[in-house]
Parts: sequence; structure tokens; C-alpha cells
Amino acid sequence: MTVDTASRHSTMSGPARFDPAAEAERATQAILADFTSAHYRGVVVDSPPGAGKSTLVVRAAAEIAATGEPLMIVAQTNEQVDDLVDRLARRLAQNMPSARIGRLSRAGYTAPDRIANLPNVTVDSDLTALGEPTITIATAAKWAHVKDRTWRWAIVDEAYQMRSDSLLAIASRFERALFVGDPGQLDPFSTVDSDRWRGLTWDPMQSAVAVLLRNNPDLPVHRLPVSWRLPHTAERIIADAFYPHTGFRSGTGPGERGLRLGTASGGSTAPIDAVLNEAAASGWGLLELPARYTVRTDSEAAAAVAAVARRLIERRAVARSADQEQPITPQRIAIGAAHRDQVAAIRTALGNLPVAVDTANRLQGREYDVTVVLHPLSGRRDASAFHLESGRLCVLASRHRQACVVVARAGIREVLDTHPPTGPVHLSEPVKFPDGWVANQTVMAHLEAHRVRVR
Amino acid sequence: MSVITAYARARAVAAGVAQPIATVRHVHLAERPLVFVPLTLAGEANAPLAAMIGTDAEKPTLLTVPQPRNRDLRFAFAARLADIVVPYVDSFSHEVEPLRDTVCAVDAPQLIVPNPMGIEFTRLLGRSTRFRRTDGPYAVAPGVPLLGRWLTYFAERAEHPGSCALLALTDALSLHWATGQSALEDTNLAALMAWIDPPAESSGAQAAREAENPKVWPPAGPATDPEFDNQVLAPLIRAYDTSAPDSPARQRALDELEQALASQLEPTWHLMWRGIAHLRSLPPGVSVAGRWAADRRAFTDFHRYVSEGGAPQPRRDGAVAAAYRLNLLERARTTYEAERAFDDPLVMATHRLTGEAFQGTVVSVDRERRVPNEKGNLVTRPLVTVHTKDPVRLPAGAKVAAATRRSQTGLIVSVETVPDGTLVTLELSGGMGRAKVPPPGSVPALDEQLCYSGVLPENIPSPALPPVEETPWTHGGPPQPYEPSDEDAAEVWE
Amino acid sequence: MQNDTDARLRRIRGSARPTRHNARTIAALTGNPGCSRRTIVDTAGVDKEKLARHIGFPSRFGQSEFAITRTNAFQTLLRADDYAELTRLLREVFPEAPEQIQYLDLEATDNTDAQDQRYARDQALISQAIAGNTGATLFDHPLLSLNVAGQNVYLEPELLVFQYGGSAYVVQVRSFAVIDGQANGENVGQAALQAAGYVLALRQTLGNPDAAPPEVLLICPKDFSNVPTITRLDIRWQLIAVEYQLDRLTHIDTLLDALPPHLNLDLGLDASGNPTRPATELIDALRHLPARYFPECLSNCDLAFFCRHEATGHTAALGRSVREELGGIETIAEVLGFAEGTVAPPEEWDEAAALLRGAAWLYAESVAAAAYSGESAALGPSRDSREPERGVS
Ligand code: SF4
Repeated sequence: MTVDTASRHSTMSGPARFDPAAEAERATQAILADFTSAHYRGVVVDSPPGAGKSTLVVRAAAEIAATGEPLMIVAQTNEQVDDLVDRLARRLAQNMPSARIGRLSRAGYTAPDRIANLPNVTVDSDLTALGEPTITIATAAKWAHVKDRTWRWAIVDEAYQMRSDSLLAIASRFERALFVGDPGQLDPFSTVDSDRWRGLTWDPMQSAVAVLLRNNPDLPVHRLPVSWRLPHTAERIIADAFYPHTGFRSGTGPGERGLRLGTASGGSTAPIDAVLNEAAASGWGLLELPARYTVRTDSEAAAAVAAVARRLIERRAVARSADQEQPITPQRIAIGAAHRDQVAAIRTALGNLPVAVDTANRLQGREYDVTVVLHPLSGRRDASAFHLESGRLCVLASRHRQACVVVARAGIREVLDTHPPTGPVHLSEPVKFPDGWVANQTVMAHLEAHRVRVR
Repeated sequence: MSVITAYARARAVAAGVAQPIATVRHVHLAERPLVFVPLTLAGEANAPLAAMIGTDAEKPTLLTVPQPRNRDLRFAFAARLADIVVPYVDSFSHEVEPLRDTVCAVDAPQLIVPNPMGIEFTRLLGRSTRFRRTDGPYAVAPGVPLLGRWLTYFAERAEHPGSCALLALTDALSLHWATGQSALEDTNLAALMAWIDPPAESSGAQAAREAENPKVWPPAGPATDPEFDNQVLAPLIRAYDTSAPDSPARQRALDELEQALASQLEPTWHLMWRGIAHLRSLPPGVSVAGRWAADRRAFTDFHRYVSEGGAPQPRRDGAVAAAYRLNLLERARTTYEAERAFDDPLVMATHRLTGEAFQGTVVSVDRERRVPNEKGNLVTRPLVTVHTKDPVRLPAGAKVAAATRRSQTGLIVSVETVPDGTLVTLELSGGMGRAKVPPPGSVPALDEQLCYSGVLPENIPSPALPPVEETPWTHGGPPQPYEPSDEDAAEVWE
Repeated sequence: MQNDTDARLRRIRGSARPTRHNARTIAALTGNPGCSRRTIVDTAGVDKEKLARHIGFPSRFGQSEFAITRTNAFQTLLRADDYAELTRLLREVFPEAPEQIQYLDLEATDNTDAQDQRYARDQALISQAIAGNTGATLFDHPLLSLNVAGQNVYLEPELLVFQYGGSAYVVQVRSFAVIDGQANGENVGQAALQAAGYVLALRQTLGNPDAAPPEVLLICPKDFSNVPTITRLDIRWQLIAVEYQLDRLTHIDTLLDALPPHLNLDLGLDASGNPTRPATELIDALRHLPARYFPECLSNCDLAFFCRHEATGHTAALGRSVREELGGIETIAEVLGFAEGTVAPPEEWDEAAALLRGAAWLYAESVAAAAYSGESAALGPSRDSREPERGVS
């Protein structure tokens, strides 16, 4: 690798003793100060994986609510909205029992149990039926159909997952807004493949934040400095590969998180046990299957992925965080893959083990103790832009609290070697950096140190 | 690219001739399309050199520009092109049929160019002519700005998935046949046709190699063969330049230029009609007429706009226009993809192979099943179970529809593996009228063969965007309203 | 070690003078990095164009004189009146730059210099300007050097370097048009890649990686005119790609070691520069260099027609995505054999073969079904020919 790493960790040297809580608090204070000062029409917050984005949103919302001024919150999916409603409602019930939350929904939506019965939440598909709630919250798609009203304040959650045309549809609804999101995750996409708008500052295919900042380059951009999810073992590699300019710190120090396993049995599961031991010791494991070109639904790889997850349960894995220990149930494990047919193949291989298996797109924003990842380039002869996309790998490699095991066919480095990042370039279009090729190289270089070969 | 298409390419290599990847025609072909083969001068942004154009294979019109760097000659070319394109387009505006509270042309113009580069040429020629004015210091012939608007219209329609207002013939052919060469090589019309319709006693591969030789088959444009440029064209243009106006030498130069350019264009011209005839031999897909109707509506609207003196299309889309257009394109795309599979078992085969569609036999039907809906009213929701040998990857809860019963939706209730395949049970809604008991034929019958597909037109709502003059600050605020300026009209084109 | 490699490369090239590297050849190194044939041929400085012609597979990268004329005219226009247009453009990007930009045409000053001397002079001039950090200087045709596979090579001085504020910017002039702010993405991509080679050379020449920022000032004609317009381009990706590839070339000895010791591509040029060596010998030699043909080669390698011919019957010749869809299987014969069940797949291809059998079966069934319904279609429209409900109202 020939990537310049000199400047990367400048942000991390800092004071001799790093106090994550104080650091995070300082950043949060600065964000809230900028937002509530009303100096800026927009404030952007970049949040690395698990850096307390939702906590920030809830806290900012509570602060605005306390002033009595109306606030609107925009999230991207119904699930994200419901999660926020749930958290906000509990928070407000404590501090501001009088505050009400209006959850604006599409017609025919049935609220899940966790929010259906909350006393300070009203759910309706009609804005007027919500009355005048302190906080109104809905998906971007739903907000697009609200007309003729403006809110003084807005919070836009997962703003890097939002396409700029959705922001265009709702931006007239608020005077000023806090945009929160993770720049390292998958970019929003379109099924349409057109160069028509490239270079325009309002390119509708770009993310909401990209367009916002290109049209308003002077808006303050903050970042949350501490990932509370990722263990210390993931800090350096994820920061290097996906956040090379800003970096972040893990909220936990060396050895604070751990994975404890029951005894290995040896025999046919030996490599699987070995990779689990490696993951328990270092936070990472690479289970390398023999090099082979395969169809996407490589059944051997799918079986290996399933076996890793199954073996975790069999060995009664326990997740340790500081001095707390918790058994790792299937619900605390996730499996990630690039394609839907791979997901289906892994599900079949898993049988009825209730482990979440999903594509990177669907795993965004989620958190588990241990993740098992089928590498997007496993078994491939050629890498397309889809397989190289840095956001995809970032999502897959940053969902875990304890450890991450990657399963791949040998030969990924060779594929990468022959697919350098060249291709068409469009004038006046900001370059996304790091690109997927570099990120993939960085991650592979790291994983190779935690490799267990099968056969 | 799908496994089926890739497999068909492999077959083509072995067979020595292109293999079908469609069983019906997915593009509309007009009764009298306007075939347009343009050539451009190398090195320039958009300098027309020549074109062959017409609606009759036997009677093409040849347009040439003896000195493509000369602005006046370029505009003379544009004016002559306008004299062909504008009347052609107008001829479709007279016959209309009622459509809701307005009318729609019963047919619409269709432009066919050889390849995607031809579409780009059309776009740029539209761009360089639409802002011109017919008065003032840089006055052009009356047809020129109209030509610009229409060429721009065609080029913009070509971005709509499924639109056939402007077709690149290589694209249209590649949608229906897989050759034994790469997609990149398929953009050469002569080589593509060599695979699809090889000459007797020659394999597609052999014929395609020969077709790549620019001496045998001049390129289908708009770029010319550099050797032709250097050895033939350049001396002739020099002869034209150095001869006195109206002199015999100039006339000779003009004649020779025409001859030389005709020799470059004629092979492609004939190829175009051969390719079109080949496409015509396929029966149209069921949805083709519906998509052409969208082209007819777009044509009617734009014709009205132009005849009311509408301004030329702006250089770039503003924020609101861009978001609208993206939405339209996404909707067109999802509809087009679903329709294509419904129309064509060979396209559907791709989805069956990936498990997103399945074909099978109805093994049980509960026709009169009624269940309460959300409001508690009883509604008819028949259940059918289909037995299939296809690998089903659709989960319970997925929505499907059958190619032969498109207006009826099935919701997958269960997927069960049985020894000789899979049983899929569906709950049906729609397409049964209002009666309590579904009328005969409205629900699949026992033993019926059906192909259910999960690739359906996605429901993409039309966006609720602000008016242009209220473009928000996040997107740069309200743009300056576009006024075609004198400067635009006088833009340098040389 | 390095001497061995150099000697080996010289032997491969034989008696001919090496072809010179320029930004284009450096950029082309990234075109198909997995191809050892190209890597070796290029690094040895073999004239690929001549080689291809001589073995009966001439490339077709001819240039039209119209394009050349236009490019030259544009270049001349930029330099006319003491670089007036260039000055205007550069001050558009750097409004703070002094109105008087000093310019130095290093080619015009003295073209009899030996290359080494000229290089030393240019290096000193640019370094001084940067160290002085004063004013703004435009260097036309500076000679730069770059380390390629262990050798320092001079790059054709087809560039402009603009020193301002202590940084040296590569200026690239291209004659493709920027229309309404957009240009052909492939063209811009190529320009960016070539600029990356220059930026690396500039950094090496100045011995200072920070002296040349990772961007290029691209000058193209605007819209349909000859009026130039300037755009700043971020080339960080391209720098990584070129640097990575150059880094790989330092390990070329591993590729060379794998070759038969006497292998060479000597064309045996006669006095007038015509190859005399029998083509069959050269073809034999080429076959020893492992290739990695893809259709993309057709647009960026002189040997493409030869390699394509050689790749006949291989899935790679149909394109990367086709090969990927076919499960990575190497040859068409295997694909069809597995698909039709006439060849029993080795265990490692079991899954791909199963997929292909499914595809073959569905393909045959669908074609047959269509042929059958085609007959009934002739009798009238199908049962339900109503336009399906549109996805959206
Ligand atoms: S054409 Fe041949 S030598 Fe050139 S890059 Fe392609 S495979 Fe390698």
C-alpha cells in the first residue's frame, strides 16, 4: 500500500489521557450550541458507527422541546422513526411530562406495540389529527406531502442515507435544521443510470448532505468523536479504512470488551474453532477458504458462514463489556452479505437458528455482539463498483461490539490488484474519498493478520 | 447482464450466429420511422460533416458540409436538416384522438440512429441550434431553432426507459439478440448485424471481423475512419477551400466530396433498414403499444408547447426540474422492467432462474374465500396453490402477479418444499370485479399453467416538490428564471 | 539485482531503441494491470504498434489530421500574446495571483541541451521558484523524470507547470469540449490519469511530495467554441492507482524470472526500421507472456487484436460481466458442455454447472413456449391484452 498515512492520526494524539465521555460531551455541547444559537440555517454532524447518533438526536430534540418551540424530525424509514419515537417518548416522559409527540404515518400503518401504547405519543396519518404536538416525527417520504406549514426547528436523521431530491421536497418545511448521519455508510442510490445531472450542485442522485454542503459551504460540520459500539480492536482499522481524514476513538479501552468461548472440541470444526479463538483474542478473524471462482451463492462459503454462527452458540460464547458478562444468544449475532441471493443461501444453510441474516443495506444502523461477514469479493474473478463500494464494506465491518469474523475465498488481494480505481471522471463532481478500492486493501491487509486457512 | 444472456452469448459462439434473448419485440417500430445517419468532423465538439436521412429506404437524402469549420455552412446544413425533420414531425400533429379532457396524436414521430453515439450527436446538435434566433445580427433560417427544440426533445426522450421516440439501432438489436462477441464490440452496427444475419457460408465471427475493417464497412458514425479523413476527406476539403466560388474546380470538389461522403454513408444506410426489418420480424410485446402511447402523449404535449412559441429547453435542469425528471425516469424504469418480463417468457426466464419468479400448475383453488379487511368488511380473497419446479426465492409476504393476469395481485402466504418441487400458496386480490363470488375465469382454474413474477412495477409516488421559484436554500435557492439571451443566440459554433 | 532486471529487459527488447515513456504510457499501465504480457512489453520498451503490425494484427488507433489540427490550434491560441489566455485562466482559479505571471518556455530556451543537463536545469528552476514562494511562474515544457520499474525515465515534456504560493500545479490542455459544464467522462478520466503521472514525476523531480498538490488544472474549449475554460480536478484516486501500479512494477523481476531465459521480442529492425524477424518466432515468444485479455483492451492496447484472436473460445473474450455470470468458467466449450450435460463437471465447478443446466433448461423451454404461443398469437390477441396497471397513477 502506498497510501499516505502521515496525517491520519493527528486528531488522535491529543491530550495524554483520553477521556471518551468528556470528549463526546464536549463535541455534543458544541453541536447543540451551534444548532440552538440559530446562527446557522444548518448544522451537520458526521457520526462514525455507533457514536451515539440517536442519543444526540434525542438530546437535541429534548432541548428544543424545552423551549416550547415546535420541532419536526425526519428519518428515512418507518423503523427508524419508530425507534426514535420510542426513545424520545421515554426521555420526555421523565423530563417533560407535558410534552407530546406526534408520529405522522402513512395511511394503513399500524404502530408496533412498543409505541402504540405510549401515553405521550399520538399516531395518525393526518397532521391535523395530531393536534399541536411538541415534536412531530415522520419519514421523509411522509413529510414530502405536508404542505403550507413551517417548523422553526428540524432534525434530519440518517441524512447521508437521504437522497437530495427528498430533501428538496421537505426543505421548505423548516427554518433551520440539524443534519445527522454517518458519511461512511452506503450512499443512497437510484435505479436510473444517468450522467445528466453530474456536476450540478443540486444533483438529485447525491446525498442530502452532499448537496446541502455544496450549496452552503460555510455551514459548520461537526463530528462525534467516540464510537461506543466498536471495541478498541476495531478503532484503528475502521478509522483508517473508512474515516481516514477525521478518524474516531473507541469508547472502550484495550481489553475492556471481550469474547469468551467454551472449550473447542477439535475434529471437523477445527478451523472454525481456530478462527473463533482468533476473534476472541483479537476482535477479528478471517476464515479463508481455498481459492476458487464460484457462483455468487457459493454453497461452501455459505455453509462456512453458517457454521461459524452455529459454533458460537455451541461454544456458549459470552460477551464481556467492562465487568459485565452476557451470553451471546442467536439474536445478538448477525450475518451480512452483499447480495440477496447470498442471504437466502446462508439462511438455508443456517436451518432454524434465529440469527439475523441480511444485506449491507438492511444492516445499516444496527448493532450486534458478533457479526459474521461473507466478504463481497469472495470467489469473484472480477470486482464491479458494487462489490468495491466502501460503504458496503464499512457497514459489514462495523456492526459488532465484540468481534467480527469474515469468511472469504483466498485470492481477494489478486482481484484488488487488478482493479485499480480508474474510470470516468465528471467535472465539478466532488470525489468521494476514500474510495472502495483503497478501503478494501486496507481492510484485507488487516484481516490477513487474523487469518485461519481451511485445509 | 444475466446468466441467461451470458449463456446465450456462449451459445452464439458455438453456433456462429446470434441467439435470441427475446421472443417478442420490446420496442415499437413506427410505420415510417425517420432514419438518420450523421457524420461529424473529427476533433470538433459537434461539427456536422454529412448525414443520410429519410423515411424511405430507397430515397435517402444526402446532406453534406463541404467545409465543416465554416459557421455559415454548418447553419446551412442545420437549415436543410430542419426542412426534413420539422415537416416530418409536424405531419403527426394533425390526426388526434380524444384523451381525457384533451387530445392525443394517434401516431408520433420516431427517429432511428445507428448507435448510442448517434443519440449523443443528436443531443449536441439540438443543443447548438435550439437557442438560435431568426432575427438580429446572427439570424438563422426559421427552421433551425425549431430543429434544435425537436432534436433536444428526441434526445431527452431517449433517456426514458422504454421510450422509442429515438432509438439507437445497436441498442434495440442487442435487446433481442446475443452475439458471440462482447457488448463493447456490439456497438459496431456492421459487426452486430454480421452476427445476427451472417452472409451465407460465413460464420458470424468471421463476418464480424470483416465488418470491423473500415475499408470494407465504413464506421456507422458519427465518427469517421481516420484513414478516410486523411487520405480522402482532407484533400477534397482543401480542394474545395482553395477553389474560387462558382468555379468549375469548386463544383468538381463539391461533387467529389458528395460522392466520397455518400460512399461512407450508404453501407450504413442499407444496414439500418436491414436491421429494422429484422426487428420487425418479431411480434410486438403486449406492453409495447402502451409505452408507445406514452411517447405519443409526450409528443402531443411538446408539439403544443412548440407551436405556442415555447422557449428552448434550458441548458441544464434546475434543482426542481432535475428531481422531477429523476422521478419520472425511475418510474419509467420499474414499469418497463416488469412489463418486459411479463411480455416475454425468455426475459421472465432470468427471474425464474434467480427465484424471483416461478412457473407452475395450479393444484388447489379456494375461489370463494372471504376474509375481513382492515375496516372489518368481508372481501373476496381467493387462495390458490401452485406447484412449481423452479427454485423459489420469494418469501412469504411477497407480492407477485401472473403474466397472463396482470391486474390481479397475489400475496404469498406460504412456500413449502415438497419432494418434487415447491408449493406456493397465494392470496389473490383485484381483477375479480365487485361480485361476492368471482366471475368465471377471473380466478385461476385447477391445472392452469401460470407464471408468477415478483418483479412488479414498484410504486414510486410522484414527488411533492416546491414550485421552482420557491427552491429552498438547501438547493441553492430560487434560480434565475431562464430567459434565452442574445448571447445564447449568438453563441460561437465553429 | 536491478542491473539484472535492466539487462533482462534490454534483451527482451533486442536491438531496437526503447520507446519513450510519456504520460499516456504511464497512464496506460493502469489499463490492464493484471496483464503480464503488457507489463513486460511496456517496461522493456518494445514498440507494440510495430510488433502488432508485423505479426499480422495491426492496431487501429489512427488519428485524423482534423483532430490534430484542432488540438494544435487550441494549444497555439493559449500561448499566443505571451500566454495571455493562460494568464487569464490561471487568475480565474487563483484570483490573488499577480497580474503579471512570469512564464518560461523551457523547450524554446535551448533545445540542443542534452537531456540530463536540461533536466537538471528545469529541476533547479522549478525548485527555486517554489522555495522562493514569490509571484507566480508558468513553466512550459519542463522535463520531468519518473522511476518506472527501477529506471529513471524522462517524460515527454507535453505539459505546463504553474508555480503559485509555493505549490507546483500540473496544467493539462485538452481539446475535448466542456459543454454546459460537462465533458465526456472517459476523456476527463484519461486526462486525470495522465496528470497523475505528471504529478508523481513532479514530486519526484522536486524531491518533495508536498510540492505538487493532488489536483490538476484542466483547460478545454468551452461549449462549441475555441474559447478555453479551466476546471480544477481532484486526482487523488488516480494518484493512488498510478502509484500503486508503479510500485508493482518494481517487482517485475518475479515476472521475468518465470520466463524462458532466451525469450526476446527483438524485431530485428533493418536500416530503414522495418522488422525482419519471422513473425512466427515473435508470436511464439509472445505466447510465453501470460496475457489477460478483456474487450476493454480493444480501446487501449496495440496488441488487442492479437490477444483477442488468442482468446477465441474463452469466456473472457465476451466481457468480464459475462464471464462472471458464467460462474468464472474459462472456456465456452466447458460452459456449453456443463450446461447441456455432455461434460461432467469437476467437483469445483459443480455449482456453476448446476446453474448453467438450469439456465439451459429455462432457455430451451422459453424459446419453445414462445414458438408455440407464436402460432396462437397469430389468431388474435392473447387472453388478457389489456394494458397492465401502471405502477403509479
Ligand atoms: S491486449 Fe493483450 S497485451 Fe494488451 S493488455 Fe490486453 S491482454 Fe495484455
